[in-house]
Amino acid sequence: MPGKLSYAEAIREGIKEEMERDERVFCIGEDIGIEHGFGGAFTVTLGLSDIFGHERILDTPISEAGLAGAAIGAAMMGMRPIADVQYCDFLFCCMDQMINEAPKIRYMSGGGFTVPMVMRAPVGVTARGAQHAQSVESYFMHCPGWKIACPSNAYDAKGILKTAVRDDNPVLIFEHKKLYGAKGIRKVEGALDASSLIPDEDYTIPVGKARLVREGADATILANLRMVYEAGFAASDLAEDGIEVEIIDPRWLNPFDYETLYASVKKTGRLVIVHEDTMTGGWGAEIAARTMDDIFDYLDAPVKRVCAPDTPAPFSPPLEDVYVPSKERIKQAVKSVCYMDSGQSFLRSGGR
Amino acid sequence: MYKTMVRIRRFEDTIHIRFLKGTLPGTVHLYQGQEAVAVGVCANLRNEDVVASTHRPHGHAIAKGVPLKSIMAELYGKETGCCKGKGGSMHIGDASVGMLPAIAIVGGGLTIAAGCGLAFKMRGTDNVAVAFLGDGATNEGDFHEAMNMAAIWNLPVIFVCENNLYGASTHIKLVCKLENLADRAAGYGMPSAICDGNDVLAVHECASKAIKRARSGGGPTFIECKTYRIGGHSRSDANAYRDKEEEKLWRARDPLIIAGNKLKDMGAMTNSDITAIDAEIALEIGEATEFAEASPLPSGDECFTHLWAD
Repeated sequence: MPGKLSYAEAIREGIKEEMERDERVFCIGEDIGIEHGFGGAFTVTLGLSDIFGHERILDTPISEAGLAGAAIGAAMMGMRPIADVQYCDFLFCCMDQMINEAPKIRYMSGGGFTVPMVMRAPVGVTARGAQHAQSVESYFMHCPGWKIACPSNAYDAKGILKTAVRDDNPVLIFEHKKLYGAKGIRKVEGALDASSLIPDEDYTIPVGKARLVREGADATILANLRMVYEAGFAASDLAEDGIEVEIIDPRWLNPFDYETLYASVKKTGRLVIVHEDTMTGGWGAEIAARTMDDIFDYLDAPVKRVCAPDTPAPFSPPLEDVYVPSKERIKQAVKSVCYMDSGQSFLRSGGR
Repeated sequence: MYKTMVRIRRFEDTIHIRFLKGTLPGTVHLYQGQEAVAVGVCANLRNEDVVASTHRPHGHAIAKGVPLKSIMAELYGKETGCCKGKGGSMHIGDASVGMLPAIAIVGGGLTIAAGCGLAFKMRGTDNVAVAFLGDGATNEGDFHEAMNMAAIWNLPVIFVCENNLYGASTHIKLVCKLENLADRAAGYGMPSAICDGNDVLAVHECASKAIKRARSGGGPTFIECKTYRIGGHSRSDANAYRDKEEEKLWRARDPLIIAGNKLKDMGAMTNSDITAIDAEIALEIGEATEFAEASPLPSGDECFTHLWAD
């Protein structure tokens, strides 16, 4: 009987099923299995240590480099670890492992070793200040050797988790804090409903396949994670003005589904990319450059990006409203590429 | 063990000359003077045990059983190299003999070795992971995290610290207040040992105890081997920063000579045996060189392979 699960519950179910299916799978992270604990920063592993014990839901010291390195070593010896950091910002505490080791070991060894590990990391602004607010996809998209996923809903999150565990390569899954749907004391203010109906049968999401969220002929919006929802809100408003946007959720940043994107942009002639990461060097910059290079003749307007400005994330709510791309900014960008804008734009310096 | 030490020494001497002549691309970090550590430790290991090495891996690789010709071919950048020409000197590895691809980031292999130990423990095998590191690496943050994790989880990891007194050009006295790096282990609740890193029998015995402890579920050990690097940090280093008296002292303690003398005193080896071994090794190196020189370079499209496991 298919049931509705929240994003966090769906990921939890995916982890549980993979751990039941394959005894080599284990979780490693901070506060993930502690008795009467949180089940991870956002409840994803809640209850799993009761089922699998504390050796397979392995709590670590506050040692991101240690836990990432341990995941690499265990994976090289044939285990299938699911590592996690509590906030994606903490990936910077294990960048050596994330950039110099995990994605390079197979290549440097001429195929002699593999690293079938998963690293999960939550992104997004939640009024916790600049060091708990980043979206860091682009740092890793830049690094050859990581497959990178960014599910925006519970159904995709579960399927992607399973795909990632079964993949023999390092896979990085970015989740969004406002999508978890965590309840109780771990509830996030301003959370969105990312729950989905989850079927009973086993399913995976294929690597590198985007999802068409909404069909439209006038402009393509490419958005990930929380921005998929903001794009949806913008789309409803724009429809009232007679503009029908097509929304694509990439689901994977590496490999990226250019086929689906280009089919859409060839149809609409206009592309707006929306991400919560900052403007300069955000993942949208790569897609924009590639799109210009590959299908320039199909574009009726420059590719526009709606992003966070080039500042650290501010704390105060009105500042956060300026920082995080809103449906208003998305609407403006769409109207701009449709040559209907009011003349406002974000400067790279973060000013207006 | 003596023969393996000679093998390492002559291989490194050969490579050094080739680099000075410009025959080989890139750089190397040579192991002469430290042979007793690699050999004394690895003589205790099985194929299924793993070694995590550093930017100075040739000695560890040879001691662990990576064939000379595949190391040589790798240094030449040939597709027959142990890493198919994709890694080079600092990433020598060979899954079939338990040599992880060496990690060139100082301290970067330590958490990985802990992870290997974790896997062995989870699977209930009695294999061990040896993590080689230098004195300089004990100041890296990753050292702290790896040591602590190995200790709290009782992992079958042996941290073998080759204290050759220098992190590149920086003397250990400038960067650490301790006389003995082994004292750091106590901070993690981990047993430690100190041995003469230029005496292969001493290293062998010390490592043997630690490896037995790990195999029997007794957890990790930190071993400090006091040793010295005969050559420079890398091929382009003439050691101008080293005290001449210090160098003289250590050159007089050449591990090959110490081992050779011990064996002769025990009656286990004669001078003609030593000559025979030298000749045998010279032949091996000659064959490895022929193999490397005759092997093809990888074709251009190999740049794009081995990124993904299918």
